[in-house]
Amino acid sequence: MHLHLKIWRQKNGDQPGKFVSYELPEVDEGSSFLEMLDIMNEQMVSKGEEPVAFDHDCREGICGMCSLVINGEAHGPQRATTACQLHMRHFKDGDTITIEPWRAKAFPVVKDLVVDRTAFDKVIQAGGFITARTGSAQDANEVPIPKPVADKAMDAAACIGCGACVAACPNGSAMLFTSAKAGHLNLLPQGKAEKDERTLKMVEAMDKAGFGNCTNYGECQAVCPKEITLDFIAKMNRDYATARVRKFFSKAC
Amino acid sequence: MSATESCRIPSLVKKYLMAISGLVLVLFIVGHMLGNLQFFIGPEVINAYAFHLHHLPGAPVSLWLIRSSLLGALVVHVWMAILLTKENRAARPEDYLGQKTRVATYAARTMPVTGVLILAFVVFHILQYTTRVVPVDYNQTIGQSAIEVGHVELEYFDVFAMMVSGFSSPLISFFYIVTMGLLCMHLSHGVASMFQSVGLRNESWRPKLKCAAAIFGWVIFLGFASIPASVLAGYGEPYLSAKETAWANAPVTPPPSSH
Ligand code: HEM
Ligand code: FES
Repeated sequence: MHLHLKIWRQKNGDQPGKFVSYELPEVDEGSSFLEMLDIMNEQMVSKGEEPVAFDHDCREGICGMCSLVINGEAHGPQRATTACQLHMRHFKDGDTITIEPWRAKAFPVVKDLVVDRTAFDKVIQAGGFITARTGSAQDANEVPIPKPVADKAMDAAACIGCGACVAACPNGSAMLFTSAKAGHLNLLPQGKAEKDERTLKMVEAMDKAGFGNCTNYGECQAVCPKEITLDFIAKMNRDYATARVRKFFSKAC
Repeated sequence: MSATESCRIPSLVKKYLMAISGLVLVLFIVGHMLGNLQFFIGPEVINAYAFHLHHLPGAPVSLWLIRSSLLGALVVHVWMAILLTKENRAARPEDYLGQKTRVATYAARTMPVTGVLILAFVVFHILQYTTRVVPVDYNQTIGQSAIEVGHVELEYFDVFAMMVSGFSSPLISFFYIVTMGLLCMHLSHGVASMFQSVGLRNESWRPKLKCAAAIFGWVIFLGFASIPASVLAGYGEPYLSAKETAWANAPVTPPPSSH
């Protein structure tokens, strides 16, 4: 298949970027989206041009590195699919495809299609962990966890931190990510001890990083490659409210 | 961190304030609509209702307490709306070239716009029917009529006649009906959103709440819009002209009109 590509090129964070058009003849339908970019980059390198920088690592949908907005949609047109798992058979011969980086104030462009997602690390550092003594692991069945709770926590833990939720949100909000990361631990007995502290701190870190506020559009859920739902945002809203109330009253005594 | 960032109200607190102030306004709007619908029962009923509203137990303190809590809710709501909108625009400075919307409804995306238009409406509405200075001085043009309060007959300002007189202007009626349409949109997102903001929503309730909010929006729209629409269709017109003739022939007691 023959493709017309419109790709965002930007030297670095200080200089403004722009779209550049490329023609790519003979793309194999069976190749993945990132392989298509690899082929294009090889051709560019052989012509002595600067290849297009894009993030990727596992290429099997589990690391969360790939981060492309394809035709205006984070990770492209396929639901529950990362850009690395997207295949060219979902496009037609002669298609024009626009490829852009995640766009959010909290995710500045580093180069071309690569953005800096340190803001997510800050949210995790604020509370996306449990404090546990190191040493030999506890017996797996020592802490009973009801199956529905374990399942729900697992749904949240499926978040790969790619940032598609922020990219798709018209408000640049990171609530789906933060709520998945907080919710995953808040649901489990191991996370209960630090639940209030975690929720308050992660929300604070999220606000500080310059993410927007949720207005309940639902765009994040629609693009999430791991199909994480707004349920977790509702849960975070609940957990945060109870944490604030408890903190308010515990100050008094 | 700049000073503005350090005293930024936490995002979720803004959402709670938005939802709670929205709920206060929603409750008010339900009561207001039910009260107004007495317009269709007849002049004596809505005029007596107006009398009761102004003579609530504990009036005028109670009336001002209600008014100030509504104003407080509106101020909080608009204030949070401004903060949210400003921060959200800053957090997402540019759009995508092929910007796509997957699930966000038109109503959700236009919340700030419908909100500002509703606010403009509220200002006009209060000037028209509460302070009665726009577009004409109703205290001068509308007289009093008999109402019955606790088996006592008394003369009281004719609210029914004022409503008919106000809505007999097609421009004003049109403005009211359009704004109620916008309110319907605002509520069809807002009322469902309210539950999410305070954490009372999940995957199985989301579609139900969305549907309920849409129905609620339509009920509010039909309830309010039916009043100007019925006046445009001629309802109340014979009553108003009969009253106007009566007031012209025998100007009623205070205030002494000068025309
Ligand atoms: C009389 C009227 C009003 C009622 C009954 C009302 C009701 C609501 C409700 C229930 C919400 C949902 C809160 C939430 O998301 O948790 C909401 C959201 C909102 N309202 Fe209003 N509102 C009114 C007037 C206004 C005005 C005057 C503005 C104006 C500037 C405004 C702007 C907004 C905005 C920006 C949102 C946020 C939308 C979102 O969260 O997606 N509203 N409103
Ligand atoms: S490259 Fe790892 S998820 Fe796409």
